[in-house]
Amino acid sequence: MTAAIIEARDLVKRFDGFVAVDHISFAVPEGVIFGFLGPNGAGKTTTIKMLTTVLAPSEGRLRVAGHDPVKEPLLVRRAFGIVFQDPSLDGELTAAENMELHGVLYRVPRAERRERIEALLRFVGLWERRKDYVKRFSGGMRRRLEIARALQHRPRILFLDEPTSGLDPQTRNQIWEFIRGLCRDERVTVFFTTHYMEEAERVADRIAVIDHGRIVAEGTPAALRQETGGRTLEDAFIALTGHSIREAEAAPIDRMRMMRRVWLGNR
Amino acid sequence: MNAVYILWLRQLKRYFRSRARMIGSLGQPILFLLALGFGLGPTFARAGRGDYVQFLAPGIVTMGILFTAVFSGIEIIWDRQFGFLKETLVAPVSRLEIVLGRTLGSATVALIQGGIVFLVCLAAGFRPAHPLLLPLALLFMALIAIMCTAIGTAAGSVLQDMQGFQLIMNFIVLPLFFFSSALFPVPDLPGAVQLAVRLNPLSYGVDGLRGALSGGFAFGIATDFAVLGLLAAILLATGAWLFSKIEA
Repeated sequence: MTAAIIEARDLVKRFDGFVAVDHISFAVPEGVIFGFLGPNGAGKTTTIKMLTTVLAPSEGRLRVAGHDPVKEPLLVRRAFGIVFQDPSLDGELTAAENMELHGVLYRVPRAERRERIEALLRFVGLWERRKDYVKRFSGGMRRRLEIARALQHRPRILFLDEPTSGLDPQTRNQIWEFIRGLCRDERVTVFFTTHYMEEAERVADRIAVIDHGRIVAEGTPAALRQETGGRTLEDAFIALTGHSIREAEAAPIDRMRMMRRVWLGNR
Repeated sequence: MNAVYILWLRQLKRYFRSRARMIGSLGQPILFLLALGFGLGPTFARAGRGDYVQFLAPGIVTMGILFTAVFSGIEIIWDRQFGFLKETLVAPVSRLEIVLGRTLGSATVALIQGGIVFLVCLAAGFRPAHPLLLPLALLFMALIAIMCTAIGTAAGSVLQDMQGFQLIMNFIVLPLFFFSSALFPVPDLPGAVQLAVRLNPLSYGVDGLRGALSGGFAFGIATDFAVLGLLAAILLATGAWLFSKIEA
């Protein structure tokens, strides 16, 4: 196995006494597609936020692309690209302008920027639509654009937080094809979360299952199935995390999601 | 510095592409100018204070800047929950560059909006007393814009959702406007109100602008300039600090 590009040891995150991530340890070897699975509220997004310098861990050690996200945030940020759970494009700008803005923020030199933007937009099939406002794009097109944008500065790691949530099955398949194609071409390590088990099973080289802030299983999809005696990864997932349905308390973000849907529709 | 520029540019593009917003935020100042200017004008004149529109116009320009600037804070909340803010917060640039780009961009937008209100005032019959002092007026407008945008940045960084912004509107923006020297002459006011007006930083902005546009500083140009410059700097630093504390 090659060296780990992401390494977490005894990672803990507490919010006002509530433990969201409870002493988790894992390692992601360079070049793999790593699936991070778990029910709602299990700690997936909190973990991604710590890996991507957005949240500081309460305890534990982290290395991302050879740097400490707390001590060297800018070096870590340069090394990864991210597609967030919620869209993070500016709808009032065009696809090309969103790309351009990213390139400037990441200090991609002008000539390279132009070249990268064209190549990536062509790859995700949005080059013809580059001058259109993003607010006119469908959910799938936005995701494609976000993936293209996240790869523009040639990151070593691509984080995807539920990249296919809210998309129809055809679009989900297409998105994964783009991700796999791009990651093969660009030799990027992928760290993604999802709760579509069949997706994780098909796409991921390695999987970790997190529940109640703890990692309950880690290995290849086949090994996880074997370990739990399930036929599919979904069976394995339920064997590991139980049948109870998690009700996360509605946070401001959920209320905002609601408002956004009411105001803008599901655009 | 490129990051500051591209984020500044983004604010401008968003402004120029949103005609509805541009026109919508002109409504209030125009309403105030027409209703108060023409409604109270005769009474003001009879009190021996001269032309009310001449007096009011700088206050209305300030209002246009104030509302546009503070409301830019809403964009931070919106961007933060959905979107775009996260993209900038994980980029390899410092928070200071991000907040500077955004704030300067929004301040520029507020300044343009103030300029449009100024043109509307001209159309309503306002005439600058000393055309040569227009650059000075622009400088005061810019300082007001920076100060008010910084208030918006601070509010947008602290508040979790849009509902909270209603509070800012009712308990900060409207009092700032009404208890300033925008609508009425300060020396005539009763003690308590006069004190409130004198403690209100916006009064110094209005006074500076009125001095430059209509002639006659109530507090003196040096005082206006010092108070406004100092507060703009303090609020900008506060806004930047609060913004840097945002956890996405």
